[in-house]
Amino acid sequence: MVVNSVHWFRKGLRLHDNPALQEALNGADTVRCVYILDPWFAGSANVGINRCRFLLESLEDLDTSLRKLNSRLFVVRGQPADVFPRLFKEWNVTRLTFEYDSEPYGKERDAMIIKMAKEFGIETVVRNSHTLYNLDKIIELNNNSPPLTFKRFQAIVNRLELPKKPLPTVTRQQMDSCWTDVLVNHDERFGVPSLEELGFKTQRLSPAVWKGGEMEALDRLKKHLDRKAWVANFERPQINVCSLIASPTGLSPYLRFGCLSSRLFYYELRDLYLKVRKHPNPPLSLFGQLLWREFFYTAATNNQNFDRMEGNPICVQIPWDHDPESLAKWAEGRTGFPWIDAIMTQLRQEGWIHPLARHAVACFLTRGDLWLSWESGMRVFEELLLDADWSINAGSWMWLSCSGFFQQFFHCYCPVGFGRRTDPSGEYIRRYIPKLKNYPNRYIYEPWNAPETVQKAADCVVGKDYPKPMINHAESSRLNIERMKQVYQQLSRYKGLSLLATVPTIQEEVEPPAMEDSGAHSSNDVCPAQPSRKALLRKRERPAEMQRAAACTQPKVQRISSAEGSADDQQ
Amino acid sequence: MNQETNQAKSEMKRGRLSIKPDSEVLPICDGAVKRRRSAAVGFLCSQSQQHDSVEDWGNLPHHVVLHIFQYLSLVDRARASSVCRPWNDVFHIPDLWRRFEFELNQPATSYLKSTHPDLIQQIIKRHAQHLQYVSFKVDSCTESAEAACDILSQLVNCTIKTLGLISTARPSFMNVSQSHFVSALTVVFVNSKSLSSIKIDDTPVDDPSLKVLVANNSDTLKLLKMSSCPHVSPAGILCVADQCHGLRELALNYHLLSDELLLALSSEKHVHLEHLRIDVVSENPGQTQFHTIKKSSWDAVVHHSPKVNIVMYFFLYEEEFDPFFCEQTPVTHLYFGRAVSKEMLGRIGLNCPRLVELVVCANGLEPLDEELIRIAERCKNLTAIGLGECEVTCSGFIEFVKMCGSRLTQLSIMEEVLVPDNSYSLEQIHNEVSKYLGRMWFPDMMPTW
Repeated sequence: MVVNSVHWFRKGLRLHDNPALQEALNGADTVRCVYILDPWFAGSANVGINRCRFLLESLEDLDTSLRKLNSRLFVVRGQPADVFPRLFKEWNVTRLTFEYDSEPYGKERDAMIIKMAKEFGIETVVRNSHTLYNLDKIIELNNNSPPLTFKRFQAIVNRLELPKKPLPTVTRQQMDSCWTDVLVNHDERFGVPSLEELGFKTQRLSPAVWKGGEMEALDRLKKHLDRKAWVANFERPQINVCSLIASPTGLSPYLRFGCLSSRLFYYELRDLYLKVRKHPNPPLSLFGQLLWREFFYTAATNNQNFDRMEGNPICVQIPWDHDPESLAKWAEGRTGFPWIDAIMTQLRQEGWIHPLARHAVACFLTRGDLWLSWESGMRVFEELLLDADWSINAGSWMWLSCSGFFQQFFHCYCPVGFGRRTDPSGEYIRRYIPKLKNYPNRYIYEPWNAPETVQKAADCVVGKDYPKPMINHAESSRLNIERMKQVYQQLSRYKGLSLLATVPTIQEEVEPPAMEDSGAHSSNDVCPAQPSRKALLRKRERPAEMQRAAACTQPKVQRISSAEGSADDQQ
Repeated sequence: MNQETNQAKSEMKRGRLSIKPDSEVLPICDGAVKRRRSAAVGFLCSQSQQHDSVEDWGNLPHHVVLHIFQYLSLVDRARASSVCRPWNDVFHIPDLWRRFEFELNQPATSYLKSTHPDLIQQIIKRHAQHLQYVSFKVDSCTESAEAACDILSQLVNCTIKTLGLISTARPSFMNVSQSHFVSALTVVFVNSKSLSSIKIDDTPVDDPSLKVLVANNSDTLKLLKMSSCPHVSPAGILCVADQCHGLRELALNYHLLSDELLLALSSEKHVHLEHLRIDVVSENPGQTQFHTIKKSSWDAVVHHSPKVNIVMYFFLYEEEFDPFFCEQTPVTHLYFGRAVSKEMLGRIGLNCPRLVELVVCANGLEPLDEELIRIAERCKNLTAIGLGECEVTCSGFIEFVKMCGSRLTQLSIMEEVLVPDNSYSLEQIHNEVSKYLGRMWFPDMMPTW
């Protein structure tokens, strides 16, 4: 029987450590590597030009690598559900392979495609290689629910076997045994489009700071490891002005798009540690970056509402404000706080900012200053940030806004002080907000406090050349800590006067925050307190249940335990 | 909402109970057979063949229906009240209206829904006199706060015991005209005569309204929270302390705190003070001069109320801390919302022997070992500490934890705070600390990817 394989690239844009691709090649007569580009992808407001450019560069890189193996990449425009039936027929496909996507939307889409393929009599092979571990296994080991504290996650991961070793890259030999039918008009039909073709304006686009592609990723990996070996120090580096600037050895966007295999990175780090430290057991903290990724992928995989507040069982319901004007100022770097504006400018221009910089702007938008929803911030990051995968982005925003994962909310990043302590020289500000470059260090983080003479001398008057600060930080943080306290006081973990919560340690069984509202109401009240907002919200969240006319017993929150007993008796 | 109404409407056509078309409708069960006396009746099962069963439901004794209603959310209760007259009567029994939270939100500014205007009208008309525990939650829109004031103005003939005005986002009460706010508030102050708990933080309340409050409720007032009320003066709050001898909990801003106030709260006639919360907020560096409170005033407070909790929240610039903690201060809970200097933390160790909880957002890049150790030594009641952007060497930290031992029930330290040194690495530290605390402990983490 003739085996015509199609390997479907989504993430996993690489030839090394790609078990699904290997399966496509295994005993196949023909193989075609396909990337499906959603035509709405570019038009949607939520894909910034840097992200798109990175993707296109990665696709070009794949195409180049495949060319060396006498094959090509087939970029097909459309939606998978429409594209695949056409391709299945045209190419007489018998086998479809792709890398497992753990995100809820991905799982849904893939289930549909697998079903469709089955109808065509096509065998589908899916392999897990975007994450280090099998996420379902982690969930299983944690009593069938994803760990919600990082320590608990680490404890579970410690019990697992080491991740699967990365597979070597596809060889010429492997490709030689199956061929790709490349038509003369391949570039026209299946070539990688340009940014302009997708509708982006590129006249004033500066060159990419982060170049996409597997080759770039592997090159960076090597440099990254060289630097670590030279430093012989595997501790987390302190942040300073150098770390704020994009690093030539940074790897996060490449992990996100799959240009770099997380398992390759894992094993390279591990081997280097064993070599340099001669210590048999590398600490988990060595893989911090990789494990955080896993943590969020695991937390999100079974939660379709992971990226929103309403209907999300792990998200604390916080009465955020709704203010598009303020949101725009934050997103566009016009807050009047140079530290925040510089970070948002770097983000927009380059597509990457240091993790601590992310904390600073996330805190400013949500619980620190503007009291706007983390969902809005998440959408802005989704558009601009190269390494913002759905799970990681949503999870981090919930974390940083203290909407989940049992965070202490007392810690507020000051938009002036934190910046100044990180980079006292002000270099970072001057680099990304050139208008402020003549300000002395003393005032560059708070130009509105500079005397008029200084402002004029710096040729940048606040209110005219640079915006006034959009809020009073002291006032806002005072208000907001009260707000957070109000919200959290409804959860049983916060009692009385303490600002610090009793958060679960690794051993405790944890109740997700949304389930805890009933604790506030004692059923002894003759007239029970008004149901908490959470209970009301839950009702709104599930309108479908209201219509379940057949179900006469709608189980309510705990209170009805005695009544439920009698209902059972009746049956 | 529309979906449900449509469904119910279509089921209405099948000739079930008559339901007022404009009120919220219950979805109806289609041909269900089992009769269940479940307390969670949100839906009604009707049986087309046995018409008397419909009347059975309507004839349930009032106290049974009341009992059931107490398990329902307000929304469900409101719906149930449209079913038949007896149920409607039960819905309006005073007991169900003692406690109410008005939620006033505009769709443009909030994700949250609002209490239905019709319901609000009903409450004002029929239940104003039953309300005892009332709160208003408003979003950042001025209209919401104005709506709250309008409702307040209409609560004549009420006997409200607790009143809370809560802004969930920006303090919209501050945007209401002062006269409008004050007149609405005084309606409640004058009419209630038995107010015991009032929360009016971030509102334009003023001295004259406090006088009215005192004139009518001095015997019953136990709790008053009025942080960030810029129109009140020290004299205004002093009037409250002088007259309301039952006052046990007070929250205000530092500029209202005076030696006279503390002495008034410690007078013989006054009950024991339980909780004093003070917010110290700066507008701009150097703009506000903060006065000092005499040690003797603090001493009087502690002498009169030995168990009092004194909670101070600081939102100041580093250079503005000079007037504080120069002498012994009986503060129990301290929060620093911005950077606080090393020197200040040193002073706290020296002068705050009653300290129970200390939370520091940021300090800077000098290790706080000495200061923490002094705090461990001298603040023997310390049970909770939180450190944000600070630095402590691992050895210093372990020394601190060793000295505090298991009395530290809350230890919230960001991972970045701990600086590894020759004696300890980050890996080892959690073992050591867990040992001295007598429980498993880890530093707080932030995601990095």
